[in-house]
Amino acid sequence: MQLLREIWYLMQKDFRLEWRQRSALNGMLLYVGSTVYVCYLSFVRGGQLPAPAWNALLWIILLFTAINAVAKSFLQESRGRLLYYYTLARPEAVILAKIAYNTLLLLGLGLAAFGAYAVVLGNPVQDLPRFTLVVALGAVGFATALTMISGIAAKAANSNTLMPVLGFPVVIPILLQLIKAAKNALDGLDASPQPLYMLLGLSLLVVAVSYLLYPFLWRT
Amino acid sequence: MSKNWWKVLTVVLLVYTVVMGLLGQAPRLAILNETIRNLYFHVPMWFGMTIILFASVVYSVRYLRKPSDRLDVLAHQTAQTGVIMAVLGLATGSIWARFTWGTWWTADPRLNGAAVAVLIYGAYLVLRSSITDEQQRARISAVYNIFAFCAAIPLLFILPRLTDSLHPGAGGNPGFSKYDLDNNMRLVFYPAVIGWTLLGVWITNVSARLTFVKHKLYEKQLA
Repeated sequence: MQLLREIWYLMQKDFRLEWRQRSALNGMLLYVGSTVYVCYLSFVRGGQLPAPAWNALLWIILLFTAINAVAKSFLQESRGRLLYYYTLARPEAVILAKIAYNTLLLLGLGLAAFGAYAVVLGNPVQDLPRFTLVVALGAVGFATALTMISGIAAKAANSNTLMPVLGFPVVIPILLQLIKAAKNALDGLDASPQPLYMLLGLSLLVVAVSYLLYPFLWRT
Repeated sequence: MSKNWWKVLTVVLLVYTVVMGLLGQAPRLAILNETIRNLYFHVPMWFGMTIILFASVVYSVRYLRKPSDRLDVLAHQTAQTGVIMAVLGLATGSIWARFTWGTWWTADPRLNGAAVAVLIYGAYLVLRSSITDEQQRARISAVYNIFAFCAAIPLLFILPRLTDSLHPGAGGNPGFSKYDLDNNMRLVFYPAVIGWTLLGVWITNVSARLTFVKHKLYEKQLA
């Protein structure tokens, strides 16, 4: 119970910080918008994109948005502030709050990116509710896998280049399942929920491992 | 000599593997033909890699429970040996694929998993080299090692079994049941697994000892 309350307060703090310095949030929204528009300008002469390319491009945009958004979750925390948390909350609460906050942030960003993308580049999706569900699960998967990575990268020297290097291999299993599930929803054909279960399983595994490992990372 | 019997065993097993693997009886199967002998090289190398990388994770877990310089060096060197064996496994698999599938590389779930696993451990080595403080490096890389191992396991062992794949032992079937029928091959295959694994242990042993000596020398210079 105590843990839940700590998570709740830390999440509130994160949202409040984000809202106070809106430059970061606006920056991320603009990043999504300009990436989508660059893609639109690069592909507009080819007419409507074929469905697999449309799908792949959307997931690449979402992946890079996620890496950029999550990377700053630990990088922006100053050393003094981390020490301050140390006196207030337990490490499990800190990492779970960060994961929850990043999940909500990526849910918002992912749905915004999907919306902008569908408006500009056309929307060939046959089964829209299922596709939206896959985008939401993608946000959960990216947030869980990348939050711990950003915690690790923040401790190293050149953390900005390290973040994608450490993150990509860990994200790839999730990304493969996402693209498969998204392709099924896009075609509106095979409705088997197996990739979705697989995604949830992978996310749970990553959250469990983060929960166990963060206390060790924290002490350094 | 009594302490080094396993090194003799390694040499004997590997010589046996190479000689019997290249000259011994192998079943005549269409398409595979003589490439079936890759079972003595490619497959045991992956077995050895899995065992060595598992050892690396065990060292990392032990490091986090009770930090010591020795455990950190061992975790690092085992991971490095694992990467070498993974690259060897990829190379032998690629040559095999050239002569059976007709291509060096295809977008197959198992092949992708293998490539990503190599990337993960490459990232582990990069992470180690980018942290200067020794204790921090040991702790952070141990955390990443465990995290990455947990993320790589579904990739290598679970995902390929859920989808169709060109690779032998895919599509829900375990291992190499087709070849298991031939007892002649087993006689070479099991010693090969032990031999290649022991070779990995040997490489790790030598490089870890070299690192210990370097650390000792460094400490002497400081004193």
